[in-house]
Amino acid sequence: MSLTPRESEYLEKKIGRKPNPLELQIVAAEWSEHCSYKSSKKHLRILPKEGKRVISGPGYDSGVLDVGDGYVVTVHIESHNHPSAVEPYGGAATGVGGVIRDILSAGTRPIALLDGLRFGDIEKDHHAQWLFKNAVRGIADYGNCLGIPTIGGEIEFDKCFTNYALVDVASIGFGKKENLIRNKAEKGDYVVLIGGSTGRDGVGGSQFASDKLEAENRSAVQIPDPFIEKLVIEVILEARNQKCIKAMKDLGGGGLSCAISETADALGVGIELDISLVHTREQNMSPSEIMISESQERMLVITDLKKLDTLKKICDKFRVPYSVIGRIKSDTLMEVKLDKNTVAKLPSQIVANAPLLDRPSSKPKYLSDIEKVKKPKVPKDLSQTLLRMLSNPNIASRQWVYTQYDHEVGIRTVVKPGNDGAVLRLDNGKFLAVKIDGNSKHCYINPRDGVMGCFDEACRNIVCTGAKPIGMVDHLQFGNPEDPEIFWTFKESVQAITDYARYFEIPCVGGKVSLYNETDEGPIKPTPLIGVLGLIDEKPLVPKKIENGDLLVTLGTTKDELGGSEYYEYIHELVGGKCPAVDMKSSKKTQDAVLELIQRDIVKVAHDCSKGGLAVAVSKLCIMNKTGCTISLEKIPSEKLHHDELLFSESHSRFLLVIKSQDEKQTLSILKQRGITHARIGIFSGKDIIFKEKTNAVARVRVDKAQEKWLNSLGALVTHG
Amino acid sequence: MKVAIIVFPGSNCDRDMHHVLTDVFHLESQLVWHTDELPKNVDAIVLPGGFSYGDRLRAGVIAAHSPVIKDVKKMAEKGMPVLGVCNGFQILVESGLLPGALLKNTSLNFMCKWTEIIVKNNKTPFTNKFKLNQRIPIAIANGEGRYYADAKTLALLKKNNQIVFTYAEEVNGASLDIAGISNKAGNVVGMMPHPERSAEQIINPNDSKPASLIFKSLLSTLGVTA
Repeated sequence: MSLTPRESEYLEKKIGRKPNPLELQIVAAEWSEHCSYKSSKKHLRILPKEGKRVISGPGYDSGVLDVGDGYVVTVHIESHNHPSAVEPYGGAATGVGGVIRDILSAGTRPIALLDGLRFGDIEKDHHAQWLFKNAVRGIADYGNCLGIPTIGGEIEFDKCFTNYALVDVASIGFGKKENLIRNKAEKGDYVVLIGGSTGRDGVGGSQFASDKLEAENRSAVQIPDPFIEKLVIEVILEARNQKCIKAMKDLGGGGLSCAISETADALGVGIELDISLVHTREQNMSPSEIMISESQERMLVITDLKKLDTLKKICDKFRVPYSVIGRIKSDTLMEVKLDKNTVAKLPSQIVANAPLLDRPSSKPKYLSDIEKVKKPKVPKDLSQTLLRMLSNPNIASRQWVYTQYDHEVGIRTVVKPGNDGAVLRLDNGKFLAVKIDGNSKHCYINPRDGVMGCFDEACRNIVCTGAKPIGMVDHLQFGNPEDPEIFWTFKESVQAITDYARYFEIPCVGGKVSLYNETDEGPIKPTPLIGVLGLIDEKPLVPKKIENGDLLVTLGTTKDELGGSEYYEYIHELVGGKCPAVDMKSSKKTQDAVLELIQRDIVKVAHDCSKGGLAVAVSKLCIMNKTGCTISLEKIPSEKLHHDELLFSESHSRFLLVIKSQDEKQTLSILKQRGITHARIGIFSGKDIIFKEKTNAVARVRVDKAQEKWLNSLGALVTHG
Repeated sequence: MKVAIIVFPGSNCDRDMHHVLTDVFHLESQLVWHTDELPKNVDAIVLPGGFSYGDRLRAGVIAAHSPVIKDVKKMAEKGMPVLGVCNGFQILVESGLLPGALLKNTSLNFMCKWTEIIVKNNKTPFTNKFKLNQRIPIAIANGEGRYYADAKTLALLKKNNQIVFTYAEEVNGASLDIAGISNKAGNVVGMMPHPERSAEQIINPNDSKPASLIFKSLLSTLGVTA
């Protein structure tokens, strides 16, 4: 990989000479799409980043939110798609490691992980099974060893991910506001590289990730070592407590090249470093290998003479290797030396800021008639259809996955995996709710409505715990941005996220863009992922046990929006139709009403209605509580729909609330007063899940049978073989 | 009254244990780094869970050779209460303070879930507040949690009343469903499940009272009236 002719010309003009080969390597790493955001940066500027809780500072790798009482929460999201597609275990594990160090960089302790996983057709494709199984194991082995709980996530299978993998990891940090790293440096300060040794693994990883996946470039994949990472975390936090850290950055994509140039640029200083001092794990590494190696578990720390010895002592205590590799200078250059000889000298501002691009975009042709599909015939036996839906790998329980993750360590996990959003307790008595959501099937059919739906779904999940959303992160994953049609879908997504974030006043506190997600078989579907954080001041809604006689109330309208639904795609293998669209005004009203009902302590369980629609959402409630339920279809507020549509439409802004029968009057009157579309549609009892119209059962399945399908289908695909 | 929580490189339940002992049960506790000497005025020792040395070679085996283990052994011989949880149990076994071995779960996977254990010996410093056969809803999280011992050792464990906890359901293929054992004297107890994750109602989906009796037993052993 090297620079494009235009970039070469730009670089030469800026530095007034031809760069030497090492300089070219450094710049090429930093100017890769992965590190520079050169295609996306201009468009990301529209995202609202301000908010009363948002704390921003120079060089922060993660978003920082004030949660009161002197505490902050940090959040970051990243993907490790290309590496995971080649080597799922190491790729996924190092993905976890990387995002954790971003949290650490702010001076906060990582307290939780969430991951979003995407693979090809898991039922038929053995390669997808292998990728899935090993990615899960990679995340488990890494996160478990660190003692950071993996508390949630989401998984999607779609043919567009064949021979590929999307592995997204989000991490949450927590700490005291006064301990946030200030990121300041003065002339003479020391630059210290702490952690794992630098090797030839991950050389050129960021360029590898900035191109279509063609060959299996294993040397571009990093090797995970969670034990070193755990020690690095403890070293950094102890160094933070002892005020040894003036500025800090993690080494990720682009390795030292990126960390040095970005740090110097963010702090407005120069850095001189001698790469012969870097502790390496292999002999005879060339300067460029050292500069662009993406070996993991490394942190760059800037300290002063007074604190250097303390920092060394802390590293010694934990037996973590380190090397003092450079000093801060008063100019703004990054100067790389090999012993006494200068081997590269570049203005850091130039290196850290690639020339941005204006990519052309045009609406994809396939979108013009994707909504026009012939509706499939209503299946004769909707009970069977419901059972098949429950065993659909996109819907079935994720238990096989999350039981492999330690989700309890840290003793903060109040609402655990398997529910809507996860909830953590914080040291100030408040609670943090977190959820990530994505839906490539919806986003393919309508990039704008699709991603807004993901945002709405994540918010609904947060609201179901009793939390008010306080911030969001996005992870925008698309194919090759040089294709105007793909770039159009990217721009649409950013616009939709912006619109929703503005309307709901949820600041975007971080994010990531991952492009070139494609193989020889073509690009992935647009797959933006949305993560939402919510805060609960007093107590979260922990789902209560549903009892005989409890009532089911639905909020929102079920519409003729089956495009991209699991029902169309899984049951009928039909890609097309109208995908669900969010009505922001009514969604906001509905969310506020749910929060009020939860605050009044009326709600036993609040459940979001999304993938698989109402029928799946009701079934899950029944399965988790081992109780039956009878639903009257004619009572469901809806457009004029066939039975299958009513059961499986994935319209947004709908909630299911479980209440005690004696609370019915109060609940309905609050909803009426607030002008929310709602109805009491069912009652819990018995051993069957029954959807009836007047007196006719339209679908009827036994809870134990439904449970067997839902609980075991995913694990059964991967436990053997 | 003071409890030492030994911290090895890679321990990750040390701070959780410290929180529960100090903030929930108001028992003074101190984190002790594995190369430091055991403080003089210690009345009990806890080896917390985690991945000491990244589980390299075998879970717990490297930590079992830490400098502090000599002190732990000395105090254990003197009858001081010692509790090893999860990786702490593995370390106690590897250091020879407890018999047997901990093998990979039969599922071959790491397993994090809630289960129930049954108290089989209510005479130890950590179980004296229980009724015999009382059930404890408790969290487990391990990859190498399957207790194994040969028939002779198992017979001895039974004979000497060293089986402290058994699982109420089949969990990982452990010999005799063992979840926790003690040494012959009864003062050293190792258990795979996590009492520190189970003793607060807010994070226990079932009932936290039984698990809290493990800590209350220790309080009572140390002569602290709650």
